[in-house]
Amino acid sequence: MNDFFGLFLPAFFAVLLAILVAPVVQKHSGAVWRSITGIKFVQRNGVVISTYLLVAVIAWVVFMIILPQAYMLDFSFRHNLPPGKIGGPEDVYTLKNYQYLIFGRPGDEEMFNWLHLGVFIRTIVASIFVTLINFVICYPIAYYIAQVAKGGQARALILFLILPFWVNEILRAFAFRILFGTSGVINAFLQTMGIIDQPIDFIRADVALYAGLSYAYILLMVFPLYNAIESLDHNQVEAARDLGSPWWRIHWRVVIPHAKPGIASGCTLVFMLAAGALAAPQILGGPSSFWFTQIIYRWFNTGGNWPQGAAYAIVLLLACLIFVLTVMRVFKVSLGEIAK
Amino acid sequence: MSADVELDHVTIRFGDFTAVDDANLRIKEGEFFSFLGPSGCGKTTILRAVSGFLEPTEGEVRIGGQNMRGIGPNKRPTALIFQNLALFPLMTVAENIAFGLEVRGVDKYERRKRADQLLELIALEGQGDKKVGELSGGQKQRVAIARALAVEPEVLLLDEPLSALDLKLRQHMRTELRAIQQRVGITFIYITHDQGEALTMSDRIAVMSQGVIQQVGDGAAVYENSQTAFVASFVGENNPFVGRVSAADKDYAVVESHFGPLRGRNVGGLSAGDQAMLFVRPESLSFANGEAAGENVIQSTVLNSEFEGSFFSVFLRGEGDKDIVMSMTNSGRLPEVEVGGTSRLAFSPDRALVLPKGEVADE
Repeated sequence: MNDFFGLFLPAFFAVLLAILVAPVVQKHSGAVWRSITGIKFVQRNGVVISTYLLVAVIAWVVFMIILPQAYMLDFSFRHNLPPGKIGGPEDVYTLKNYQYLIFGRPGDEEMFNWLHLGVFIRTIVASIFVTLINFVICYPIAYYIAQVAKGGQARALILFLILPFWVNEILRAFAFRILFGTSGVINAFLQTMGIIDQPIDFIRADVALYAGLSYAYILLMVFPLYNAIESLDHNQVEAARDLGSPWWRIHWRVVIPHAKPGIASGCTLVFMLAAGALAAPQILGGPSSFWFTQIIYRWFNTGGNWPQGAAYAIVLLLACLIFVLTVMRVFKVSLGEIAK
Repeated sequence: MSADVELDHVTIRFGDFTAVDDANLRIKEGEFFSFLGPSGCGKTTILRAVSGFLEPTEGEVRIGGQNMRGIGPNKRPTALIFQNLALFPLMTVAENIAFGLEVRGVDKYERRKRADQLLELIALEGQGDKKVGELSGGQKQRVAIARALAVEPEVLLLDEPLSALDLKLRQHMRTELRAIQQRVGITFIYITHDQGEALTMSDRIAVMSQGVIQQVGDGAAVYENSQTAFVASFVGENNPFVGRVSAADKDYAVVESHFGPLRGRNVGGLSAGDQAMLFVRPESLSFANGEAAGENVIQSTVLNSEFEGSFFSVFLRGEGDKDIVMSMTNSGRLPEVEVGGTSRLAFSPDRALVLPKGEVADE
């Protein structure tokens, strides 16, 4: 059944297309050539380069984005069957994977699957917080680099921001664990300073998790903000100041409206990635806090239930998409602006 | 309300570079005052020191008698019009104009009323809801003025605001700016490298070069009685003749040039033996062919002549490859100049200035 979907179907369409198109092309080869070379895109880039560009982009979109996601979508509507039964009479579409996330197993005491739903909602809310924390940290940095710092200074600052990201994610996460652990650097420091008597369990309090996640995506927030703020004519900041504006109003009325697409783009990236993070919650999360991705991971891995995992992943994807699109709607930012 | 502006021994340095060197002057309240000079002469630096975007390294800026040190641009009674106007593109015209009032906590209704009044002043009634991008260059210009006037500044600072406009519009805006200044009655400080703008609009002009204020005076004084070689060469066209002073009294001095002795007014107070420059304006020169050789006659060859509309320019070359420009008003007859022919030029000593030899503005 899966073979059919993965291999036969595209091949079938390709052959069908070839059979239909080939005679037409042969018959009107001159006209086809003329119409191809008549396209602006082809004229600008030449036949070879434009063919390469088109093929590369289409291959990328189809093989890397559409097909795997379509697979996952297909998976999520199926039963978890042993390999022998795949393609058999029991292999039919079902909604039970989605049903499970919402209602749990039929016959459970609780009406809803609060355990998983709770984790899901907490993940979304926590990701919103991570995004907000990130924005609050990154906006001043981005503004400083884009508008205040002079050439060399700005480059040095950007370098300092980038360098720590040469350390891989796992190592960074464990470094945060060392930093925030009960016998970690921060606790040791606070205790020797006499500020606290007992070590604070930053990990249980999720401080480590928030810090780790915020730190992990700092660049993804800084750069879109920097790009947007950098394009603001500094005279506008000065004009606002000259007209008597205090600093906060300059940001509120001049800088932030100008940087809105960058803010939207940075926040979207951070939110999506935070909601989909796995390593940081795994390493830095407290024992009671569970990230939704960890449940998905368990369905795929320990649980061996791919359809169930696929359904959870699809729900997470859709929830993130809907959330992001709603926020964009509220702040009146269009998709095109984000890509600027 | 209008205020005077005083620069008291103002020096501004950026590292080793002295952008403004010991500027001293007093701009009277209600005056239209221009700083005129080539780019990099320090005029914009002075403007930024008055508006509060930078502090003088030494000296004091006083507005209405009050020392401005430590007072930020948002707290000074000045409003600045930027060279590129710096209107807020995401706000409407009315929001732009009322921004300063919004900052001051004026309520929405009042703001709109005030914006509409100002739109009337700048002849843009009913355009308050447009986006800035929908306006033409001249309209944007006027909105920038209205935005600055909305906060009722005592001093309005203008940083080459007309430089982006085309010639016709620029000339029109000169008149308009002057009219607005007279209507609102506040002090205008205008920065420009365009002498035409400075001469036509200003009550007084300060000519600057390399951080130094060379001369302060009204248009006629700066043009007719230039005090330094730089002013004489920068304001309007001028023909300099270099030489040593051979004889001088308190009114006139004689400069020994390539062309022999040339006599002019001893504005620089020079005495015999000093290095000097004698300046004659193109319009002060006239052809002296056929007349007997007399005082202040320059022998030269005509290179070419150009028709400029209201006048002709004639380019000549004299002894030592010295280029000379003269101009004649268009009286309806073509001037009788023969390219390649020799001509004798003459000028009256009263129309020539003898100044200490100094830096001359590049053309």
